[in-house]
Amino acid sequence: MRFLAKRLAGLVAVLLVASFLVYGLLYLVPGGPMAFLLGNRSGTPEQIAAIRAQYHLDDPFLVRYAAWLRDAVTGDFGTSLVYRQDVSALMASRATTTVFLVVYATLLIVTGGVAMGLLAGLRGGRADGVVTLVSSAFLATPPFVVGVILVIVFALGLGWFPVFGAGSGFGDRVHHLTLPAVTLSLASAAFLARVTRASVAEESGREHVETARSRGLAEGHIVRRHVLRNAAIPVVTVAGLNVAGLIAGSVVVESIFALDGLGSLFVRAILQRDFAIVQAVVLVLVTAFVLINLVVDLCYSALDPRLSRQ
Amino acid sequence: MTRRLGGPGVAAAVLLAAIVAITLLAPLLAPYNPDLPDLFNALGGATAAHPLGGDALGRDVLSRLMYGARTTLLAPVLVICVASAAGTTLAIVAAWAGGKVDAVVSRLLDVLFSVPGIVFALVTVAVLGPGVPGVVIGLAVAYTPYVARVVRSAALRERGLPYVAAAWVQGRSATAICLRHLLPNLRPIIVAQSVSALGFAVIDVAAVSFLGLGVQPPTADWGLMVKSGLDSAMRGQPLEALSAGLLIALVVAAVNLLGDRLGRQS
Repeated sequence: MRFLAKRLAGLVAVLLVASFLVYGLLYLVPGGPMAFLLGNRSGTPEQIAAIRAQYHLDDPFLVRYAAWLRDAVTGDFGTSLVYRQDVSALMASRATTTVFLVVYATLLIVTGGVAMGLLAGLRGGRADGVVTLVSSAFLATPPFVVGVILVIVFALGLGWFPVFGAGSGFGDRVHHLTLPAVTLSLASAAFLARVTRASVAEESGREHVETARSRGLAEGHIVRRHVLRNAAIPVVTVAGLNVAGLIAGSVVVESIFALDGLGSLFVRAILQRDFAIVQAVVLVLVTAFVLINLVVDLCYSALDPRLSRQ
Repeated sequence: MTRRLGGPGVAAAVLLAAIVAITLLAPLLAPYNPDLPDLFNALGGATAAHPLGGDALGRDVLSRLMYGARTTLLAPVLVICVASAAGTTLAIVAAWAGGKVDAVVSRLLDVLFSVPGIVFALVTVAVLGPGVPGVVIGLAVAYTPYVARVVRSAALRERGLPYVAAAWVQGRSATAICLRHLLPNLRPIIVAQSVSALGFAVIDVAAVSFLGLGVQPPTADWGLMVKSGLDSAMRGQPLEALSAGLLIALVVAAVNLLGDRLGRQS
């Protein structure tokens, strides 16, 4: 319990610092917040007055930050200057695509990566060589290159999958998001396969496993009870960190496949200097990263109770 | 050096040296002006005159690839130089001071490390506007913990060795010990870690350019060429996207291999 409380306090501290930085960035922009909020448009005096009132630009910095944070905590991120809509509503309508994509990719990574790693680690020999070679190639290829190659081969060449869009309805979505999810998952799956392979190979040589073998326990039992349980700790870490990476990676993947997710909203907001959206998306991303890290830590202590007692 | 890198390591180093040489000599080697449109070559396939065809404006893809290595490689190298310098300084200060300083620096590095690099780049680009400077600053911050965490633990180990205590007893100042003794001994680890970070930096810089937020057209850049090549591919000509994409993958694979070899020795 104390472990959890300590972690939660750390989480809140990180989020506070992150939100302060995200909000403070607005004031680092050449020309100050006004230049940023207006972007490339020149506003009429009424518009400028409206923006000053909306963003409370006449209040001191800390007061404004506190007001913004209070709204942000309740899910109110203000209004987009480009779309003239509520930022939360804009994000909510796009979050489905991104979440679907990240969950799909996570499933591919965990099943594919762990399966490849187990194959290489437990079988060894030629399977090991093939897995190592394939994972090196996948690790070196940037996601956007993988995505473009997949589009050229499977969408434009063979015509098996659509080139654009996220689809509607579950089956159609799976069909539309298969190439994006594969794109997003290849490098992480390759990395997870390596980690799984290394940790399974290490655990298989440990003394307690040798003891179990010499006592004549069934191989399947040894692998499940003694090898996998210990090997799971590094695997969970890497899988968790990779999911955090996937959220960032989805920004690039959504751009390749023209998906209307949070990532493409973010990129467009940067280009259009729509700062309310930039602030909101960054804050949501950072929150997601810290939450995932927390879940990974909790998984550790479930797998290895010694850790939570330290 | 050759024996330490092994066959594949030498091959990777030679490949990278060749790419750097070609891009430096691009004005002499490139068959065409990389920015010159030629309507007869627009979306053209491979011919004797244009071995890799033309892009949507008919610019020669081979010539653009030769020039394009400049931004594609220079920006990540810049990122890693800044990140290594900052990371090494933080690491040595933290390891030397210990106690509260070390705890604060370590926590800060952990937090930075938990946010993916590309997010930093996107945030700095949002503030400074699209372009290479924003990308380099953001990624330099992002890669600082990557170098600092490894160097810090090595510096802690080194600090506990008797020669450091001996120098301290002889009245050498902390700065002198760190610069004259610690830094040279840590160099192999710093180099290995920086080279393996370089592979990721190449990917991140190219990705930001691919998003349209890094290198700006009409500059020839591999990341941008994958982007414009994707549009060409939709119109039936995949050569530009494939050649630029494979080159990026090749460079990253070579850098990763080199980093791996250097890491094994240190």
